[in-house]
Amino acid sequence: MITIKELSDDNLFTAGHTACPGCGVAMSIRNAIRVLGKDTVVYVPASCAVVFGTTFPYGAWKVPFFHTAFENTGACLSGMQAAFEKKGKKVTVVGFAGDGGTYDIGLQSMSGAAERNDDVLYICLDNEAYMNTGIQRSGGTPFGAWTTTTPVGNVVQGNRRFKKNLGDIVAAHEIPYYATLSIGQPLDFIRKVEKAKNMRGFRFLHMFTPCIPGWKMDPAKTVEVTKRAVQSGMWTLYEIENGDKRITYKPGKMKSVKDYLMMQGRFRHMSEEDIKKLQMWVCKKWNLHYKEKGAPDVCEILPPVEHHAVTEEHREMHGP
Amino acid sequence: MKKVITGDHAVAIGAKLCRVEVVPAFPITPQTLIIEHIADFVSDGDLDAKFLTMESEHSVMSAAAGASAAGARVFTATSSQGLAFMHEMLYATAPLRLPVVMANASRTLGGPPGIWCEYNDSMGARDSGWLQLYVEDNQEALDMVIQSFRIAEDKRVLLPVMPCLDGFVLTHTVEPVDIPEQEEVDSFLLPYEPDIILDPKRPAMIGTFMPSEYIMELRRQTAGAFESAKEVIRQINSEFAQKFGRDYGGLIDTYMMEDAHTALITMGTVTSTSREVVDELRRKGEKVGLIKLRFFRPFPSNELKKAVSHISALGVFDRSISYHGGGPVYNEVRSALYGMTMPVINHLAGIGGRDVTKEQIMKMFELTQKAGKGEKVNDISWHNTRGETN
Ligand SMILES: Cc1ncc(C[n+]2csc(CCOP(=O)(O)OP(=O)(O)O)c2C)c(N)n1
Ligand code: SF4
Ligand SMILES: [Mg+2]
Repeated sequence: MITIKELSDDNLFTAGHTACPGCGVAMSIRNAIRVLGKDTVVYVPASCAVVFGTTFPYGAWKVPFFHTAFENTGACLSGMQAAFEKKGKKVTVVGFAGDGGTYDIGLQSMSGAAERNDDVLYICLDNEAYMNTGIQRSGGTPFGAWTTTTPVGNVVQGNRRFKKNLGDIVAAHEIPYYATLSIGQPLDFIRKVEKAKNMRGFRFLHMFTPCIPGWKMDPAKTVEVTKRAVQSGMWTLYEIENGDKRITYKPGKMKSVKDYLMMQGRFRHMSEEDIKKLQMWVCKKWNLHYKEKGAPDVCEILPPVEHHAVTEEHREMHGP
Repeated sequence: MKKVITGDHAVAIGAKLCRVEVVPAFPITPQTLIIEHIADFVSDGDLDAKFLTMESEHSVMSAAAGASAAGARVFTATSSQGLAFMHEMLYATAPLRLPVVMANASRTLGGPPGIWCEYNDSMGARDSGWLQLYVEDNQEALDMVIQSFRIAEDKRVLLPVMPCLDGFVLTHTVEPVDIPEQEEVDSFLLPYEPDIILDPKRPAMIGTFMPSEYIMELRRQTAGAFESAKEVIRQINSEFAQKFGRDYGGLIDTYMMEDAHTALITMGTVTSTSREVVDELRRKGEKVGLIKLRFFRPFPSNELKKAVSHISALGVFDRSISYHGGGPVYNEVRSALYGMTMPVINHLAGIGGRDVTKEQIMKMFELTQKAGKGEKVNDISWHNTRGETN
């Protein structure tokens, strides 16, 4: 495995792009491409990354870059890969798609490429909303979050649905590799990108990427926010390799979700009741994921998770 | 070698002869036979191509764009709802100058749903930047797939091309077709060698975000390529005629136009029936002629002007309606002939796959002749439709 020290810096995604300072998407792209190296061809669908990285006549990419539309990352990767294969060229074909371009409008195209097990690397940069169009809710937006289409009103406050479980959807395609990543855990990040690069077939890297204006947060805190997300269980780090799930990093002690929420303006309006609901969801997720109960001071003050299996509240959270 | 085959089969053989390298595919009637034949070629080892079973037409054109940008010769086929579903991607392929060739089996675009011939599918894509042509028979379908790649990949053009063939009338009807030898096609169509592709050895960014300071020049370049395409189409038509012995006339083809007083403009299979009608009317001493509009994009304004310069009335057949009153061909023709004083009238027929018979075409000539004599006829008539024709 390469170490951070050994990591080449060919500046394949150069400085001078116009992402907001502290942008988690830009940081993830930059670190991923360092591991992927020169023999990479990139597709980016409509998203912030197209605007901040490719506004003509400037361009931040020093590897071949392609863009056409929003909902077609999977299909474009498949087409590119087919051509390279036909021509006998060995390149890593990589897509960098947003959560909107993956959870929602691009789900079908991603699913097609995954189901065909096309030999491509799909990276989802999950900043939990449509940021490029000015912060609208996506299927990846967490419960309670403010976005411009889930405003904080007098009657309804923030997003009422819980974040879609994309990992299970992707893994259900029985692909060689699915992993979650966060720039707050750089060693784990590098290892997973390298591993995915060296595997064949459809590989999916799911990156947790804070957005400064979208999350209403301090641009100096990008890494810290990702760390707190993992400590609270809002984001978990794992990989599924040929069907076997493995937790790659487990925080020592579960922290209250409130610690995470309060760093971000998008959650600051949340009522105690809503925070409790979200905490309950996280505790259940923690339980399922780490096969152990969440921290007692966080989860046991709440009604036991099991009891919720049949309540109205559970229905509201998870559907009937 | 002559073979009795369907139009879809002819198209598939055409693609095979062009040694296409990547074929993303999705089924839709009446195009499906094309991709099924190609799947057979690939599975039997008769065609060395990547055949991709995509999950939608949007993904078909996305994969086509990706493969073309990566340097492959790409072919696919679609129809109607499928063409509509990939509409967004048609607009992506053209300005990026990706010379994909896609056959369109002309079919009604619902609702209400239907599967028979109408041009409202491809007409909706007329400003997407694709060259569009309409063929008359299965031979022309095969030949034009080959010519389409030559035109598309010509450095003066570099645009995607859409040969359209009438749904069922051609796609599912067998006709004898002369299949060219592979060596002949190889010497007519050389391997695709683009200058700019996605290649880590020479990195390029294709499809960058375009601010207003630059996008107009890009549109202008694309428009310029459409202009250049006219000469390229003529040249390739002549070259093809020399090599294979079949001359299609280029952008338009004319029949009995030299001394005609009245003429009709047709597209697709209706042209064959109309030729017979012209023969019959000529036997009665009536000076009628026929113009077959082969290319709708680029639109052959100059050729048309020249072809009709001496006639006294012109009828325009349309197989779809544009809701501005008449059909899209009518609109284009009138605009091309602006300044000419002769009456130009529109004949809507065959929409949704309704048969277009000799009687109807007779009626088209009759109305056009009346207009030519200064009698009052409506600008637009609906043929073989419930209610008044004119
Ligand atoms: C078909 C289509 N619909 C809508 C848009 C407008 N659009 C462009 S980017 C975008 C949001 C992208 O969100 P996401 O995929 O999450 O990427 P982000 O910008 O958040 O990184 C939208 C809605 C589009 N380009 N194409
Ligand atoms: S809006 Fe968010 S995702 Fe977009 S560039 Fe800024 S920080 Fe990055
Ligand atoms: Mg997003």
